Amino acid sequence: MSSATAINSGSSRLQSNAPTGDITTRWDRHKFDLKLVNPANKRKFNIIVVGTGLAGASAAASLAELGYNVKAFCFQDSPRRAHSIAAQGGINAAKNYCNDGDSVWRLFYDTVKGGDFRARESNVYRLASVSTNIIDQCVAQGVPFQRDYGGLLANRSFGGAQVSRTFYARGQTGQQLLLGAYSALMRQVDLGKVKLFARREMLDLIKVDDVARGIVVRNLVTGEFESHTGDAVLLATGGYGNVFYLSTNAKGCNVTASWRCHKRGAFFANPCFTQIHPTCIPVSGDHQSKLTLMSESLRNDGRVWVPKNPNDSRSANEIPDDDRDYFLERRYAAFGNLVPRDVASRAAKKACDEGFGVGETKLAVYLDFRDTIKRDGAAVVKGKYGNLFQMYAKITGEDPYSTPMRIYPAVHYTMGGLWVDYNLQTTIPGLYCLGEANFSDHGANRLGASALMQGLADGYFVIPYTIGHHLATSKLPKISDDHPDVRGAVEAAKARVTKLLGIQGSRSVESFHRALGKIMWEKCGMARNEAGLKYAEQEIAALRHEFWNNVRVMGTGEAFNQNLEHAGRVADFLEFGELLVHDALTREESCGGHFREEHQTEESEAKRNDADFCHAAAWEYTGGHDSFTGEKEQLHKEPLEFENVHLTTRSYRE
Amino acid sequence: MSSSRGLNLTLKIWRQPGPNARGEFRTYEMKNISPDMSFLEMLDVLNEQLIQTSEEPVAFDHDCREGICGMCSLMINGQAHGPDRATTTCQLHMRRFSDGDTIVIEPWRANAFPVIRDLATDRAAFDRIITAGGYVSVNTGNAQDANCLPVGRDRQEKSMAAAACIGCGACVAACKNASAMLFVSAKVSQLALLPQGEPERARRVTRMVAQMDKEGFGGCTNTYECEAACPAEVSVSNIARLNREYLRAVVVSEEGV
Ligand SMILES: Cc1cc2nc3c(=O)[nH]c(=O)nc-3n(C[C@H](O)[C@H](O)[C@H](O)COP(=O)(O)OP(=O)(O)OC[C@H]3O[C@@H](n4cnc5c(N)ncnc54)[C@H](O)[C@@H]3O)c2cc1C
Ligand code: SF4
Ligand code: FES
Repeated sequence: MSSATAINSGSSRLQSNAPTGDITTRWDRHKFDLKLVNPANKRKFNIIVVGTGLAGASAAASLAELGYNVKAFCFQDSPRRAHSIAAQGGINAAKNYCNDGDSVWRLFYDTVKGGDFRARESNVYRLASVSTNIIDQCVAQGVPFQRDYGGLLANRSFGGAQVSRTFYARGQTGQQLLLGAYSALMRQVDLGKVKLFARREMLDLIKVDDVARGIVVRNLVTGEFESHTGDAVLLATGGYGNVFYLSTNAKGCNVTASWRCHKRGAFFANPCFTQIHPTCIPVSGDHQSKLTLMSESLRNDGRVWVPKNPNDSRSANEIPDDDRDYFLERRYAAFGNLVPRDVASRAAKKACDEGFGVGETKLAVYLDFRDTIKRDGAAVVKGKYGNLFQMYAKITGEDPYSTPMRIYPAVHYTMGGLWVDYNLQTTIPGLYCLGEANFSDHGANRLGASALMQGLADGYFVIPYTIGHHLATSKLPKISDDHPDVRGAVEAAKARVTKLLGIQGSRSVESFHRALGKIMWEKCGMARNEAGLKYAEQEIAALRHEFWNNVRVMGTGEAFNQNLEHAGRVADFLEFGELLVHDALTREESCGGHFREEHQTEESEAKRNDADFCHAAAWEYTGGHDSFTGEKEQLHKEPLEFENVHLTTRSYRE
Repeated sequence: MSSSRGLNLTLKIWRQPGPNARGEFRTYEMKNISPDMSFLEMLDVLNEQLIQTSEEPVAFDHDCREGICGMCSLMINGQAHGPDRATTTCQLHMRRFSDGDTIVIEPWRANAFPVIRDLATDRAAFDRIITAGGYVSVNTGNAQDANCLPVGRDRQEKSMAAAACIGCGACVAACKNASAMLFVSAKVSQLALLPQGEPERARRVTRMVAQMDKEGFGGCTNTYECEAACPAEVSVSNIARLNREYLRAVVVSEEGV
């Protein structure tokens, strides 16, 4: 994928539909301008929701409550197991319950700045303003958030903010929020408004007259292909972090649904904006199958350091303060250990690259609770972080109460995703995208505790309003299952599975996935440069070629076959990875999680280029649906304007 | 910390090609397994070996691999989720085993959880129990300010301790009666302890219990194997609360049930 890409500026295909004028009233005015579907007509519309994480479950439940008929799909055996379940630390909301100066405006400001000025202001403001309703909704569902002794809700602080606005339920906030959304969803199943399809994997989008009208799924238990048609399709299929193989994501997380839609015409925006989380348990060996996050909330009380002497052979506890470098506190006086994730990750990498890393692999830094335990006692620390400490001990066999944790950055979250307008509609009419799967609110870096907020904002409070406009203003004739476009999509999905099973090569799917992950992490991870990215593009193309000639997929298509599921996902990652790298190559600046070594300040901080790159990069695939040629990706730019938070260089130093 | 001494193990694994097919144990020898591996990573290694010898890999459910999604579900040497307390299969590490060990690996065994393939089972019965009443009926947009109703910290913590259930089904697998009481009691308790759950308290418990019975789970005879197997440390005191809630619902409640 090289020079051939045409560049369209302010493409007419990219209408953000974001309102203008006073930002504080944009959403209200927009809601008033949207057409409504009258209550009696809602039951005539069928909506397909793919994904039952926070975004999908909240959307499906809310739409069903309004009266629409909903079909909800997930690949796990139950909607409750979507990857949102794993979120630990918390969810932001501008409640200002702590009376510490928080406001919708401050949350908006922090999110735009934290995202390094690469998000759409209108969306971010809306997100901040509905954040407070989310907490109300969840509490009403029975989500047992942490409370103070008076019985009122408690808050903690998170990276990138100087106020305490994060609500939490032990270290299991995502679990509790998802179970809340899941309960709302199951209530609608009970009422007959939602039909549930678990253990189904979406393999293609059905478009009729250029409008999204349905999906093709494979029943993962029986292997049967099913088509489901309706009046709108919502993707809430999560992030693509597993293109790096090792990440904090669950093993099943994939790009397949988004990628298949991309190849049917949905633009993919900012794929190179990926987030590396600073506090994860380091890799222990070649067998490593995933990485485990230690919640960012730990940086509230844990202090990050490395020995001042790279050859210090003493154990951590024997090293006195004078011989320790608390490098975040030293470099970022104002935010200290609570700098945003991208900043903290790069600082840890820098320390290790310069030889100061600790542990056997030297690819780790300490996260130390000694001082907090001395100050507050072990019981208080246990109350706040008990389950995280336990998890750490189980995985490493070490006790973090007595020895500092060893941590290292790992791939965690993907800010990029399908391009959506202010209504969360993709470039395909009738196809909407919610949650981590879209690109909309976090720019080049997401702040901690903001993904849960965004997923629920999209599902509970945005899509219920915006989808009505599409349904009320479009002609949506009924589609039968033997419509040629339906049959065509089913046949294409079947053919792909047959092809995968037919290769019968000698190399396992797992080994291809690991090889891809290695290229991605080494050349397109925490630091990127032109030579490395060009090399990666070629390597990925070669690996993809080998995959289609030499992969060995076991078993048949007519049964429960996890090897086949994995093969389909890796095949898509092998195409998508190339686009991600190409986007990184094209974005000649450093911003947020995207760090190009050519573009840094003397102090090794990211250097943005607002003159040339103050835009969202949205890629259009123009090639054939069955194959992939990187040259067929065309770039469109959505210019970003900052009228309310003025473009400045991010600084967390003073 | 990695150790240079790998483990040699014998695995006896339940293989069953499909829901209606006959199953059998098959034996596999594993060499040089790192004690730092997780149990599922050890199975990944096995599966890679099987693929190289053209045998179909072992099917097992898993996703998050960090103890929270409730997807992993293995009987290991007769214990649900293996030997460690408060630990899911995916968080069990090989340092827990010794060189030369034989490890027997089976799926959850319960009529209400039929085998799909090898070690993967169908636990949709749990979803149907939640559908019967495991929720608060509140539509989006109806909520009052979150701080309008204070909840005492003690209650909130008890509610949270019950809400921590990951829906794995180990309690059922560990119970000789295949009872789902611990799972049901966790959800009933979470909501019974909160003011938000109050209006539907009686209806919830009666409907959930009726669905549980319909799914074919067994009765509870207080052997507490469920609590011992539960990775989320859901306490059997919740079962006592479930019984009280049930009694209250059928005997004294004025709420129409
Ligand atoms: C370990 C960890 C901790 C985190 N902690 C926090 C935190 O403290 N605070 C915070 O704000 N954020 C946190 N995040 C981020 C946050 O959890 C996620 O961004 C968010 O939950 C994503 O929600 P979602 O609904 O978009 O997608 P998911 O929850 O990932 O759901 C995706 C859904 O799509 C379905 N699906 C996917 N592909 C297909 C397909 N092809 N066919 C059918 N179905 C499909 C899946 O079955 C699933 O139901 C954390 C993330 C991780 C990994
Ligand atoms: S109660 Fe415990 S063992 Fe039973 S499903 Fe819940 S978490 Fe699993
Ligand atoms: S794989 Fe999620 S709990 Fe074990």
